[in-house]
Amino acid sequence: MTLFFQNLVNGLLLGGLYVCIAIGFSLIWGVLNIINLLHGSIIVLGSYIAFYAFTYLGISPFLAPVFVIPIMFWFGYFLQLGVLNRVVDQPVLITMTLTFGLDLILNNAMLYAFTADFRRIVFKVPFDNIEVLGVIVPMDRVFAMGLALLLTLVFYLLLHMSRTGRAIVAVRNDRDAAVLMGVNVKNIYAVTFGIGAAFAAAAGCLLAIIFPISPAASVVYVGKAFVICVLGGLGSIGGAMIGGLALGVIESMGVMVAGPEHSVLIAFLLLLIILVVKPTGLVGKRGYE
Amino acid sequence: MLPILSLRSSNHVPSSRALAVFGLIAVIVMMLPAVLDNYYMRLMTTVMMYCVLAWSWNFIGGFVGYPSFGIAAFFGLGAYAGAILLSAKYIPFWLSPAVGAAVCFIAAVLVGLPILRLRGHYFAVASFGIAEVFREVAMSWTDLTGGGMGINLPPQKPLFGTDAMTFYYMMFILSAVTFLATYLVARSRLGIAFRCIRQNEAAANMIGIDTTRSKIIAFAFASAFPGAAGAIYASWVGYIDATDAFDILISIKAPVMALLGGVGTVFGPAVGAVVYLVFEELVTRNFLQFHAGLLGIIIVVIILFLPTGVLSLVRQKTERT
Repeated sequence: MTLFFQNLVNGLLLGGLYVCIAIGFSLIWGVLNIINLLHGSIIVLGSYIAFYAFTYLGISPFLAPVFVIPIMFWFGYFLQLGVLNRVVDQPVLITMTLTFGLDLILNNAMLYAFTADFRRIVFKVPFDNIEVLGVIVPMDRVFAMGLALLLTLVFYLLLHMSRTGRAIVAVRNDRDAAVLMGVNVKNIYAVTFGIGAAFAAAAGCLLAIIFPISPAASVVYVGKAFVICVLGGLGSIGGAMIGGLALGVIESMGVMVAGPEHSVLIAFLLLLIILVVKPTGLVGKRGYE
Repeated sequence: MLPILSLRSSNHVPSSRALAVFGLIAVIVMMLPAVLDNYYMRLMTTVMMYCVLAWSWNFIGGFVGYPSFGIAAFFGLGAYAGAILLSAKYIPFWLSPAVGAAVCFIAAVLVGLPILRLRGHYFAVASFGIAEVFREVAMSWTDLTGGGMGINLPPQKPLFGTDAMTFYYMMFILSAVTFLATYLVARSRLGIAFRCIRQNEAAANMIGIDTTRSKIIAFAFASAFPGAAGAIYASWVGYIDATDAFDILISIKAPVMALLGGVGTVFGPAVGAVVYLVFEELVTRNFLQFHAGLLGIIIVVIILFLPTGVLSLVRQKTERT
């Protein structure tokens, strides 16, 4: 029974990070109707920024999102404004292939600049692990998850309180009506992509605390984002949260039952089953909040 | 204008002059092994293999307009089917492409039934997911597939002259068959049904087209030929493993080539495959460190500046003169 709870805790902690991976992906998919294959490489880029900030400047990776978020927001903003806005109305074949091309460029650039070696942030975690009823709770992961959920909360509030946030929701629900209300759609697209990129990179900082960093990881992250979005349902923060936490728990339970080598298989089988049986996902509904 | 009229426009069925030029090229390609060295034999075999993959993708992605990113699933399945049956000596070498195609045809019908109900983005993700699932199964079913160790194929007695010529002509025959299928479909009633679905699936249903059946046929075609190509590839390279056979780059290259040449046209995919591979060969040779990135740049340039493919440039020119 302890093993069960241990896996549950591990799953939930991992799931918190998965939420952070998936929110930007889900936002971009929902608002721009683009499946952003570049997402994984942006996550890895965030990890590298955190890694170098720690190695050369001694900045804790827990603080890295503070400067990674604005950098990557503007990166995403201008990428959308300059490149993706030109094809945003095209069918999925065009947009998905374009983001794949961009992913090849970014990923290869990182491979060239940072090499394929696995990097690891080795630092003394300021928090010790604690033990609750025989279940070990790794505090670094708890803080990473807490930070991920805090970012999610901030994003939720921004979507609800700010004018830009309401405009994003408006564009998501009815683009043409949003135009009539005076929303500058091209700009909103760019802001949305910027937020997506910022979230991805922030997730990268937090992942860098726990996992080794390598450009090869980007494909894995994109795969996870797919599964989470389909699992939870597209187009809502709630969907991404439920999908992320569910995937975390399912993976760590699956590892317990079937062995670690099957976790990807389980995730993608789940993706196919949900797509076929209930394409709107577990809590899917139209409209981003 | 009624859409049905535009479906019969000359763009979809090549002119007899274009066919004659293409036939001439095919004859030249058939005679080439007499003069080519090993490097160019290998390159040409690769080109023909990718022509098969791009034409295959064109059935579902071009004619029917369903954005498949899962060709690698069936390329890999065909490769494994060929490799497993050949190393167990269940089938003769010459039969392996046909067996690969048959296995993939059946698998495509079974997989297609559920996932072809999805549209747009969801179909794209599902097709991607299929390839991932197949790869993971191949990776973990160690008893059958060798798992991470992969499969070594036994060397085969060459069917035509040397080894290199054998695989050259096997790919040649396969690409000829794939082209023939593309051409026949493009000018048949089935081809019209495919294009109707692309333009408006609900309307296609309304005028009496069995859309489910049509989509499954297209998906099965788009899977059977890569299956045959995979089976030949497995014998050609002599060793396969899951990361190589189910490489996501295969799933992406096929549509990129079709985009490059012209999606939904008869010659476009092959033209795209040739242009892409020639470029890739030049780039890889000179920029070993950054070749994936340069391929990314090619993709971005094609999408932003050549969305209807290079053939459209030629066509514009001939129409103007």
